[in-house]
Amino acid sequence: MTATAVPVTAQQTAEQKWAGRYREYDLVKEFVIALLVVAVLTVGLAAIFSSPDEKQIDISRWSSAAPNDFVATAATELDGTSGTATYGAPYTHDRSAAQKIGPFAPQNWLGVTHPIDSATDFVIRSEERRVGDAALATALVQWRSATPAQQLGWASAYDAALQKAPDNDPAKVAAGSYGPVPVMLSALLRVAQSGGLDGQLLSQGHFFATDYTKPLLFIADGAYLEDQARAQHLGGDQWGMMNETGNYPGQAWLWLYTFWYQVKPFSTSGNADALVWGLMMLLTLGFILVPFIPGIRSIPRWIPVHRLIWRDYYRHRAAAR
Amino acid sequence: MTAPAAPRSWTGIVRDRAVRSFPPEQLLPDKQPIYVASWIYVFGVLTLAAFLVVLASGGVLAIEGPQWWHTSTAGHFFNSLHLWSVELFMAFMVIHLWGKFWMAAWRGRRAMTWITGSLCFVGSIGTAFTGYLVQTNFDSQWISTQAKDGLNSVGVGAVFNVTNFGQMLMWHIVLLPLVVGLVIVVHILQVRRRGVVPPIDVDPVDLIPEQGQ
Repeated sequence: MTATAVPVTAQQTAEQKWAGRYREYDLVKEFVIALLVVAVLTVGLAAIFSSPDEKQIDISRWSSAAPNDFVATAATELDGTSGTATYGAPYTHDRSAAQKIGPFAPQNWLGVTHPIDSATDFVIRSEERRVGDAALATALVQWRSATPAQQLGWASAYDAALQKAPDNDPAKVAAGSYGPVPVMLSALLRVAQSGGLDGQLLSQGHFFATDYTKPLLFIADGAYLEDQARAQHLGGDQWGMMNETGNYPGQAWLWLYTFWYQVKPFSTSGNADALVWGLMMLLTLGFILVPFIPGIRSIPRWIPVHRLIWRDYYRHRAAAR
Repeated sequence: MTAPAAPRSWTGIVRDRAVRSFPPEQLLPDKQPIYVASWIYVFGVLTLAAFLVVLASGGVLAIEGPQWWHTSTAGHFFNSLHLWSVELFMAFMVIHLWGKFWMAAWRGRRAMTWITGSLCFVGSIGTAFTGYLVQTNFDSQWISTQAKDGLNSVGVGAVFNVTNFGQMLMWHIVLLPLVVGLVIVVHILQVRRRGVVPPIDVDPVDLIPEQGQ
């Protein structure tokens, strides 16, 4: 095609260099004004609305505000029935626990990269460092001298009894063969309430520590954290991922991701996370490749919003004819 | 007089290529085709401006560290600036994105402009998300313990651990802003290189040098 030939296709038209009229357009001035406008807007919004800062829930606060929930959670860590203990990769080696997309379980592909033994990491190790508690020391000796089957038997029996007790109150648990478990969990509660467990779970033997995986998973295994979140409308079935504490805008741009969790089959599927993430990855790829997807790329031509955007140009051209 | 020889050094080759691809009047033009006359065009530069405010407010927060804003009135104000500039940044970008969609702005060998823009949007979502994870408050605890399930379910959590505060802080203040910043630069260069997409159903007369004007 020569420079003066009339372009035939829409693609050729869009590739052609503009030969019509131009207008003055000061990009630098536009940028400076935009920067000032955004800066003023930001300062105004920050001054008027501030930002939320809901205090964190540490283990001390959790165990003091909801001691029964704390002990019940610790019991599930000890008998291996907690959310973390039964999670699968990347925390535990139970491959059957992984979520699936059809026949695939990508959760297992990279294996266990953050190994967690919930009984040892959340309960036993913290208690072994405790000194000056004779009852606990005796209980730990009894625990260590027992076989794994006996340990599991005690922990499971106590967990079951605790769930049947009124308000899951350890003081109201029916008598039974629980071995040293009640003493161990009672001691753990005291350590937690004194604030000693937060640091122990975080440090895991290191002086410097920035990995909160263990304390966070332990807290999340209980009901207290979720109760606080649901009260703030942050639950997964409350469009929580795009909400924020208080009356602040959250990550509104996650609306589509959050949407899928509200509708079937995702809302009732045990593989919801994998299915939603799989779908969103597919949709994101489609979004990036819009220019190459027949049909989608033609929508702007079919629904003529562009007549509004370029109305001055179209009006001018119609008048010139 | 003979034409100057083509440069043989890497520096000369890069310089010639840059000048050829982005002559000054194309890199910083002071005029635009007459059709560039709509408020929708403002949202691109508003997005860029908001990005700079996000960087600046985040930079101030970085000086004193991630806990500062919990104990200092000034720190809390800068956190508020950071939050609201992010909200504005995302709002402007979404409007900009929809505008470009309805313009079918990928026409005329501009697909890479769309792709870099969409990557910028996706990268910004990741950057904002990691920001929520490093607030060191209840939000961070709840969001990280919820988000881990999605990331773990597709295997990403094995290497991208949202409950590891140190890792998320590095992603939020170094890696992701660097990537988003670079993608923005490439996006803007693409816009300057290809120019602003002409209207759909543009009058062919405007594309013929002898008949336009």
